[in-house]
Amino acid sequence: MPTMTYLQAIGDAMREEMRSDERVFVMGEDIGVFGGAFKVTDGFIEEFGAGRVMDTPLAESGIIGTAIGAAVEGLRPITEMQFADFVSCGFDQLVNVAGKMYYRQGLSVNITVRLPSGGGFSGGPFHSQNPEAWFMHAPGLKVVAPSTAEDAKGLLISAVRDPNPVVYMEHKHLYRRVKGDVPEGTYETPFSARVAREGTDLAVIAYGAMVHTALEATADIDGASVEVLDLRSLVPLDEEAILASVRKCSKVVIVDEANQTCATGAQVAALIAERAWEDLDGPVVRVATPDVPIPFSPSLEQAVLPQVDDVREACRELLEY
Amino acid sequence: MATETAQRSAEPGDVSEHLTKEDRIGLLRAMLMMRGIEERAMTLYRQGKVPGSFYDGYGQEAVSAGAAWAMAPRDRLCILHRDLAAHVIRGVPAARIFAQYMGREGGITGGRDGNVHFGDRTKGCVGMVSMLPDMMLVATGLAMAFKLRREERCAITWFGDGSTSRGDFHEAMNWAGVQRLPVIFVLENNQYAYSTPLDQQFAVDPVERAAAYGFPGLTVDGNDCEAMFEAVREARERAIGGGGPTLIEAVTMRMHGHAAHDDMKYVPKAQIEEWRAKDPIDRQVKRVEALGVDVQALRDEVKAEIERGVEEALAMPMPDPDTAADRVFADEPALLEDGNAPWSGFARTS
Repeated sequence: MPTMTYLQAIGDAMREEMRSDERVFVMGEDIGVFGGAFKVTDGFIEEFGAGRVMDTPLAESGIIGTAIGAAVEGLRPITEMQFADFVSCGFDQLVNVAGKMYYRQGLSVNITVRLPSGGGFSGGPFHSQNPEAWFMHAPGLKVVAPSTAEDAKGLLISAVRDPNPVVYMEHKHLYRRVKGDVPEGTYETPFSARVAREGTDLAVIAYGAMVHTALEATADIDGASVEVLDLRSLVPLDEEAILASVRKCSKVVIVDEANQTCATGAQVAALIAERAWEDLDGPVVRVATPDVPIPFSPSLEQAVLPQVDDVREACRELLEY
Repeated sequence: MATETAQRSAEPGDVSEHLTKEDRIGLLRAMLMMRGIEERAMTLYRQGKVPGSFYDGYGQEAVSAGAAWAMAPRDRLCILHRDLAAHVIRGVPAARIFAQYMGREGGITGGRDGNVHFGDRTKGCVGMVSMLPDMMLVATGLAMAFKLRREERCAITWFGDGSTSRGDFHEAMNWAGVQRLPVIFVLENNQYAYSTPLDQQFAVDPVERAAAYGFPGLTVDGNDCEAMFEAVREARERAIGGGGPTLIEAVTMRMHGHAAHDDMKYVPKAQIEEWRAKDPIDRQVKRVEALGVDVQALRDEVKAEIERGVEEALAMPMPDPDTAADRVFADEPALLEDGNAPWSGFARTS
């Protein structure tokens, strides 16, 4: 089984799907000749040609809107927003046209919208956001967020094959930092959670880059047995997996890199309050980015994004509760 | 406005050699269906049988009838809210349109969306959204699919004068121009965007913008269904031949308010009277009568069909409240299918 970076696994997923299904094509800004701002589609235009590796005008609404049109004709476009932040310019097409189309018209919209998201490298307020909750709140959109190379490939293939619009959050900070064994060929990863590490004393619930932060933070807290649940899919949210971790551990820390208000973690906390109250042995604790734009300077950025020490301290306090 | 465009005759006459007698009757019939359905629906609205508000295209029937008549079965249509004749031509029965207005189970959207926010996917139509002109981009994407698959097909979409102020107008026009896509943009210039007149919407007639995007733009008498047909037929020929998009400005007048509640006090009475004399149905009636057709018999037949549609729709159930949260996600693909295309020109070539 080959070892790939998270970034290579994303590219591999698209390449394999394009080889096996002529309906699949990729489109976005600078993805063709240049290979994409992060080189995810490097070499694609040579293999598949400019028709299926489409350099588009600088127009995010245009990218999503035209992808919708191609999808309802039976194609399976994979669109790249150069940065997740730029999806704000395509928000209307994604939320109002794509998200509501099947409910209103019975017309399925098979598009995948790739959103390179997340901070940690001085990208500043417009290149660091985690906008997944915007789309969790919009009916009709699925939202997934892989943390490993294997899941990056499998979730992207599942997204491309799903007849619904899928927002695929790929964390930029994981692109080249995370490596792993990735099966060859094509395979689908289900839109459900994954236990990243088994444990019994406390459960940390996270997704995307924060899974790695959680694993590192809880590798050794005075010998405590800490479970880490990787949500992988935010819509649909794997409620049973969340409740199972809570029942087993009785203490929960939820970690978001996103701004805290109405974030994924807020939804998870609400679920636990509604359905697992009797299983708790302490308050639900959240670690998230406060409601501020992501600042540029490293000292400021580190001050707002959840760090390993922040998560470790939150876990230690809850374990002592 | 001072633009060199192919202004077509406002006088009834033979503007297209591509229309047979049956085509010209068919165009009139589609417009009579549109007006009749909308007038009947307005009554149902006042009786409280149509929830929400009601929007119609009185006086604009020629724009959608003429344009849709030129589209082939495998072409795709993104239809605006004052273009009911396009739905009729593609084959949507009156009963389903009334059921749609009334929010009933048998409406195109099954009560999940209202009034004219519908497109029958089984007829090759995509339902509009309220954010205008979002569907310009969807139509551009449809055309992109045709080009990628090297198919001789065309997409068409309608949008209003107000829509030209939004970014999606620019993004779609630019995109279609860059990629030379087989798409027809019909700018339905009906003088007002809700209450906003043209001189507060743009400083230059937007048909002139087509040149800036690298494709033809022309102005057509939007109250002449045959002129509309001919303009769209030519644009479609160019599109499927690889010649790229066309912007067609259909000049018409919104004779009713934006919606049922709107008394149109912002429109001068003289302007209404001026346009009443250009009524698109009256004009086509003259042409068809000149062909020796019994138009009164056609009107009676249309009226009877509409009444049957009303009765059928009123007998349909309201949606089951227990299903309100169903069908947010698709389990299987459900794509566009082909629609009716009654123009005799397609029958001759197929």
